[in-house]
Parts: sequence; C-alpha cells; structure tokens
Amino acid sequence: MQNEFSHPDQALQKFRHRVRLAIVGVPLFFLLLFANLYYLQVTQKEYYATRAESNRISLVPVVPNRGNIEDKNGVILARNYSAYTLEVTPARLQNLDETIAQLAEIIPIEAKDIKRFKRLREESKNFESIPLRTRLSDEEVARFAAHRYRFPGVEVKARLFRQYPEGTLAAHAIGYISRINQEEQQWVDEALAEQEKEAGRNLTYKGTTLIGKIGLEKNYEFELHGITGYEQVEVDAGGQAVRVLSRSAPIPGNNLILTLDSQLQKMAEATFGNRRGSLVALDPRNGAVLALVASPAFDPNLFVDGIRFDDWDALNNNPDKPMLNRAIYSAYPPGSTFKPLMAMAALSTGKRTPQQTIADPGYFNFGNHRFMDDKAGGHGIVDMRKSIVASCNTYYYHLANDMGIDSIARFMGGLGLGKRTEIDIPGESTGVLPSPEWKAARFKKREQQKWFAGETISVGIGQSYNAYTPLQMAHALANILNYGRVFRPHLVAAIKNPGTGEVRTLETQPVREIPLQREHVDFIKAAMAGVNKEGTGARAFAGAAYESGGKTGTAQVYSLKGQRYAGRAKEKLRDHSWFIAFAPVDEPRIVVAVMVENGGFGATSAAPIARQVFDYYLLNKEAHSPAPEVDAPEDGPDHDHEEAEDAAP
Amino acid sequence: MMSRLKYWLRQMVAHLDLPLLLVVALLMGMGLITVYSATASTGLSRLDNQIVNMLAAFALMVAVSQVSPRQLMRFAVPLYLVGILLLVGVFLFGVSVNGSRRWLSLGLVRIQPSEIMKIAMPLMLAWFFHKHESELKLKHFAIAALLLALPILLILKQPDLGTSLLVGAAGFFVIFFAGLPWKIMLGMSVAAGAALPFVWSMALHDYQRRRVLTLLDPTSDPLGAGYHIIQSTIAIGSGGPFGKGWLNGTQTHLEFIPEKHTDFIFAVFSEEWGLMGNAVLLLLFTLLVTRGLFIAASAPTLFSRLLAGAISLVLFIYAFVNMGMVSGILPVVGVPLPFISYGGTALVTLMLGVGMLMAIKTHRKL
Repeated sequence: MQNEFSHPDQALQKFRHRVRLAIVGVPLFFLLLFANLYYLQVTQKEYYATRAESNRISLVPVVPNRGNIEDKNGVILARNYSAYTLEVTPARLQNLDETIAQLAEIIPIEAKDIKRFKRLREESKNFESIPLRTRLSDEEVARFAAHRYRFPGVEVKARLFRQYPEGTLAAHAIGYISRINQEEQQWVDEALAEQEKEAGRNLTYKGTTLIGKIGLEKNYEFELHGITGYEQVEVDAGGQAVRVLSRSAPIPGNNLILTLDSQLQKMAEATFGNRRGSLVALDPRNGAVLALVASPAFDPNLFVDGIRFDDWDALNNNPDKPMLNRAIYSAYPPGSTFKPLMAMAALSTGKRTPQQTIADPGYFNFGNHRFMDDKAGGHGIVDMRKSIVASCNTYYYHLANDMGIDSIARFMGGLGLGKRTEIDIPGESTGVLPSPEWKAARFKKREQQKWFAGETISVGIGQSYNAYTPLQMAHALANILNYGRVFRPHLVAAIKNPGTGEVRTLETQPVREIPLQREHVDFIKAAMAGVNKEGTGARAFAGAAYESGGKTGTAQVYSLKGQRYAGRAKEKLRDHSWFIAFAPVDEPRIVVAVMVENGGFGATSAAPIARQVFDYYLLNKEAHSPAPEVDAPEDGPDHDHEEAEDAAP
Repeated sequence: MMSRLKYWLRQMVAHLDLPLLLVVALLMGMGLITVYSATASTGLSRLDNQIVNMLAAFALMVAVSQVSPRQLMRFAVPLYLVGILLLVGVFLFGVSVNGSRRWLSLGLVRIQPSEIMKIAMPLMLAWFFHKHESELKLKHFAIAALLLALPILLILKQPDLGTSLLVGAAGFFVIFFAGLPWKIMLGMSVAAGAALPFVWSMALHDYQRRRVLTLLDPTSDPLGAGYHIIQSTIAIGSGGPFGKGWLNGTQTHLEFIPEKHTDFIFAVFSEEWGLMGNAVLLLLFTLLVTRGLFIAASAPTLFSRLLAGAISLVLFIYAFVNMGMVSGILPVVGVPLPFISYGGTALVTLMLGVGMLMAIKTHRKL
C-alpha cells in the first residue's frame, strides 16, 4: 500500500522540493551572517578599531628621579641609587605562598622579607607589583633570570631607592620617604588637580609608590618628585609589554639646596652627646636655618623600603623618643630666656626706661602671695641691664604687674611667639602664649577659664603657662636683633633644576615688620652681651674671640609640661636647660636657641653647646663633642623660682 | 603493470568530484594560512601538524569516495550500534577532561565516540528510511526520532552541547529530507518552545545557561564568559573592510583571542582579511553546500539522497554555527570552522562526509 511517504514519485518530488528550499535557504542564512559581519566590519569599524587599539596599547608611567637634597656647600643629604628588587604581582599568581616558597629555593628570602611583603600587600591593590626582596645581588638576579619562566607574575625590577648618605644627620629636618598611603594618595590627587590648571598639562603620581612623610621630603614633595613620563607600550592579553611605541621622558625632580651647613649640623649634633634636647641656629639677617638639631635622632634610611617591624618598635618604644622633632614641636616654658623679651616689651610699650630701677628685697608681694627671687635677700637696686645680666626675678614680677597680661601677650605675639613660624618643614607646634583669651579657649570648666592677676606675675619670668619651641625662641630673638624685621625661618635656600642646572633662589624678603626702636634693640643686645661677659653666660663664653650675647634659662619640670616625667628616673626630674644667644654683638650672624631636656641650669649644659656652635661657625674651630658641662657661674644658680604658696603674710 | 596502475589511478580519480575538491582544497589552504598566523606568534607553529592532519584526512576522503553507496549502507547499522555502545561506555567509564566526560580510554588511545556519531547517525537513518522506503509510514518517523534521540541524550549528558547539536542536525536533516510533514515540524517547534523554560531550568548546565545569557549581553561578564565574545567581535570589527593583513592581527598576535587556532579561528581570519576575506569564505561555503545539495538532488537512491542532503546541510550548520558564535549572534558551543580550524578529528569527520558526497556523485550505476 502506497501513501504520501512511500509513493516513489511523490516522495521524490517532495525531496527535490526540500532540496531546492535548502539551496535557497543556505545562501540566505549566509547572507544574514554576512550582514552582521558588514555591520561589525564596516558600520562599526571605528568603534572596534578603537577598542582593539586600547586593548593593545597601554600607557605605562615612567617615574621621574626624585630630586637630591644637598646642604649649602653641596654635601649630599638625600639621593637615589638604583638597585634590583624582586617583585610579585599577587593578582597574577595562582598560589602566593607556594610561589614564595619556590622563590625562596632560588633566592634567599627571610621571614622579615615575607612579613614586610604581607604588610605592603595589605596596603596595596592586588594588581600592583610589590617588592618581596630588595637589593638583590648580581648573582641573585642572574639566578632568578635562569628560572624566570617558572614564575609568571614575578619580576626583577630596577628601582631607585632613596638614600640618606649621612644617616641620622639632620634627620628631623630632611625627613624621609616611604610608601604612599591612601590618605596621601588622595591629598596628592587633589593637589595635582589644582596644579594641573596652572601647569596646563597632565600631572600624575601614577607609578610613584613613595612619598615624603615628614620634614623637607614632605614639604617639598612636588618640587622633589618631578613630572611623570609615559611610555606607550604594546601589551599582550596577559598585560606583558611587547614593545615600546612611543615615549615621553619624565622630568626629574628638582634638587633642594639647603641653608643648612652639614658640618655645623654635625658638630651641633655631636655637642648633645646622648642628651635629649634640641638646637636651632638661624641667620638673623634672612631667617636661614643654619642648624636644626633634635636629639636623639633616627636613621631615615630605615624607612625607605618599608621599615621593619622591630626597627619601628625600637623607635616607637624608645623613652627618648627619637622620632620627636623637639626643635619645632616640643614647647617648653622659656624660663629666664623670656626676660630679654620682657625687657624689650617694657621699652617698646614705654613701661620702663633702661635707667628706671627697683629695689629688690628678694621677693615681690602681690595680694597675700609672695613671689620669691632666687637670690636670698635680693639683688639690691636693679636697673634693666642688671635685671638681664643677673637674671633678677623681682624686676620682672614688678614689670609684668605693671604691664598687664594683655599688653604682654600683644607684644610677645608680635614677636612671633604662640604661633607657627611657618618654617618650611611640617609638624610645627604653636606653643602657648598665655592670655585671658587663650585660657578661656583652652579650658572647659568655667572656674578654670578665669585669668588671675597673680598668673600674670609668673608669666613675667617665663613660667606659668608660657611654652615655646626652641625654633620660636630663636625666631623671636632674631626678630629683635633685626630691629623688628621678620624673616620666615627656612631650610631651603634655592631650588636647582638638575637638567638645566638653573638655580632658583628662594626669596628672603621680610614678611612683616615689628615697630621696634633701634636704641631699644641696641640696649637689649648690650645687656645680653653683659650676660656672656659678666653674667650667667660668662663661664661658658670665657675667652671667646668674639663678642656674643646670651641669656640662660631654666624651665621647671614640675610645672604643667613636666607632669609626665613624674615618677620616672631621678634624672628626668631635673629642670630643662635653656640658652638663647647670638654673635657677634655688632652685626649678629648667628642666633641660637638651645634646649637640653633635664639639663639642669641653663648655664651649665645649654650655654656650652652654644659656645661650641659659635666657635665653629664664627671661627671655624673644631669642637669637643659632646660639649662639657661647665660649673655653675659665680653668680649663683639662675633658677627661676615661684613660691606662690608659701608666701609670707 | 604500468597500465594497470594507470587504470587504477584513473578509476580512483574518476570517483573524485572536481568542484568539491576545488572548494575543499581552497578552504584548507585558507585554513593553513590562518592556523599559521594564529599559532606563529606563540613560537609553536601548528602548521606541520595540520598539514599531516589534512593529508591523512584527504587520503581518507579519497578512500571513502571509492566505496559505493550500497557498500556504505552495510556500515550503517554496525557503526551506529558500536557508536551507541561506546557512548554508553563513556557514560559509565568515560575519562573526564575539564569537567565533561567525552573520552573513552582504550588502552593506548583515547577516542571520542560522539565524533563517530556524526557520521553514523545520518548513515543509520538514511539506511533506515531506505530499508522501509516502500512502506514508509508516520511511525517510521517516530522510530527514526527515537534512533536519533538516544545518542543525543547520551552526548548531552557528557555534556557536549556542540556535538549533540551537530549529531542532532545530521539526524534531523535525514528525517527532514525523508519527508517529515511540515505540520509535525511546526507542532514540534511549538512544543519545543513550550518546553524551553523547563529545559532552561532543568536540563541545561550552569555554564550552558551562562553562555546563552552571555550572548544576550556579553558585557554582563566581561572578564568571564563574555570575554571570548567581546574579544572576538573586537577582532572581527577592527579588521574592517579589508583586514589588517596576514600576520598583522593585533588581537590575534597579542593573545586577546581565546582558542584562536581552534574554535575561534574565524576571528583571526576576519581580523586579518576583513570583510573581503569573509565574503570569499562565505562564498566557498555556499558553493560547498549547494554542490552537495545538487549531488543529493540527482542521487539515484533514497539512501544516497538522504545521506548527501544531510551531509551537505551539516556542513552548513558547522560553518553557520561557528561563524555565528564567533561574531556574537549565536551562543558559544564547541563547533569548529570546517576545514579551517586546527585539529585532526574534526577534519577527518568532515572529509569522510565529503568523501561520501563524492562517492554518491560518482557511483551512479547501482
């Protein structure tokens, strides 16, 4: 029986019909395919060509060489050197730990390297290349090269490392660089966005992994960094560079030429020995910082490729706090070094003439409080010169009382106390310039906010809430010696373009002027010269071949600031030793403020340091290091003492 | 002696079909050039291997072309049964590679039985319809469908979407050419449409679902499943009308194209030869398929008609599915570009098919 399927003719016809259908259908389908290909290859060609280009071309940043830092005589304080590092890109590895273990068979990798790597890894993105070992030897590089094929995602890179050839020298001024953190990245991005408008070109930190953390390295970050270059590189799908297509060279960072004299700095640091303290030496004529010592110091080299945990621990837990920049951050009561400034205030405000005298019975009564002088029985008849040379407290009790706190605060604020000097390194503190306004803002409780007239009396001798940094004290003295012209203290004298050799000297114009009268200043200079000739500084400056002026001071550890030392070793209970000085008297070329923590009397430990610095700077004379302590001068101790509590009725 | 060899050679050549031979030779030539480009940059050219593959496949084609369709018919049932047996073997003892069981280890060699099915399936069904030619009823279509379904299910289970698609197409085209009524096809499409949600959620593997989703929106997973499609369409599109020139494809030589010498070789070709090259390629495939269809139309027996028709359209499916997936309009399934993609197995299967077409063309007398 035949049906539609089995009837031969019918079936054949049907078959042929379907074949014809296929013969028409197949080209139609291919035409559809072709239409899509036409769309891709003709209509959308530009789009896909661009995508293919961006696939293949990658912009690789070329990090510029960071600028060097050199002292005024060209001694290099910070530079770069090239070294090989073994770097790992975690995103490109299957098993990180296994890879590290395999690498360790070829190149020695210590536990501390792995520790540091893990820490850096936490701070970085997964696709960034992170150093596992730094400073590979040539042999290690060669050994890795032979096994390189086994380690995709691991590379040996030549990196520039920061080096501070003088080690701890001026570490607090120079600072250090270390790995950029997120906050800094953000800061950089914002700062660059602003600069871009001015520079009119793309600025970027792409590829830069290190940034200045403190000191000049931080403050002059953008000068030192340079401008990132680019390489247009053809890359394969794995991100590996195949060849360089074009290149715009990076512009290396500028070199900083400092005002600092590294020899003077070295000598000044040595005078401290292992004592804690600080020294600021300024050129009063332009605010140039000649030496800036904070003792003890640290080795900035430790930070460069990621500080090791134990090093960091040691720095942090050291009771002497080597990371602390005592010269610009630590504020101490100025003690008697405040007296010449008070005298200046008295002359300027017309509250005293040099000739006006007081009779000093050895105390000053205020209400039912008695403020004591250090010399039992008092200094007798005291004029202004004697008040400075002999460091008479009673004179200044009277003076402070006569001037009043507002007048004192106004004048001292004008000198630059209680605010930042705007030195060109970060981390400066304002210190404390006491005033009723300051007190009201400082304390929360109403009863603490009130200013007592008795407090004004102790402000007069540099005690009470008074607290200034050594930098502020040197700055204030320099401002007086300059007859009121104020220069911003600065460490950088000039900026040098290493490519062109062009040197741009930074301006040293006075930033403002304090109305001081010449004869008043000359009087203070002469009185301070008297201190070093016949007063508390005489022993330290005996036989000096130049005329100098100075003032000793002693800051009590028992007062506010010293509280933290309570209960510590006996040495820590000793008072802080101050000395401010300048030389030569006629035309001062150097001003110093010296602070020796727990150094006892200013005359004993701080003044000899100033003497050595002056000898070196003015006479080029090599010094003993550390500076010897001299005996207390004949005059008796210059120990400000305030006895408000056990006052006589 | 000489004259006998000459005669024998003439006989052999007489069984070759010149148009098919020409088209296939051109395609294989283009294939060699492209395989070279796709593999040269890795420093590990596959050219020598592919030439050996082609020579072997060519010899096999010549051999098969000598076999008359009637003799071919004898292989139908045994080959199908062996194929099924091996597929069951894969199901039970197969070797897993990359998460799918496609291989059977026979001591020294590993074979992929699903590949046998690509040939065995149309042979079997063509034989089946031929055998029942005079008494063909609807039930025979049902039986044919079962014969087709069994291996497909086994292959889907492995899982191997690409091969089951090709085997399914081969079997379906036999049934189609045997005269499956349009009504039934329509009904089946409706049923398939209705079953789609069920198949989607139950039968498809995760990765298969992902491939379909990726097709709809490659950018949804640019680093995962979408990467292949994105990179291959970039390669094709950036080739433009005239291509970047041989060995100059950046997508190819910088390794952006995955599987670039096998399943994605079309992207390599398109990038370097542009729309012009694609036009030539499509033209050659059209010639190949239509030549096969003409052979089918003039074949003397039902068996040879069905076999030739099915082989022709399977060649079309190969080419269309591969180029469709590489250019982003079809989901990614493991189907090579016929005669162009690197690989011996596919080449052997394809050339067996071409050999059979030639046999059907040249063995006119029964």
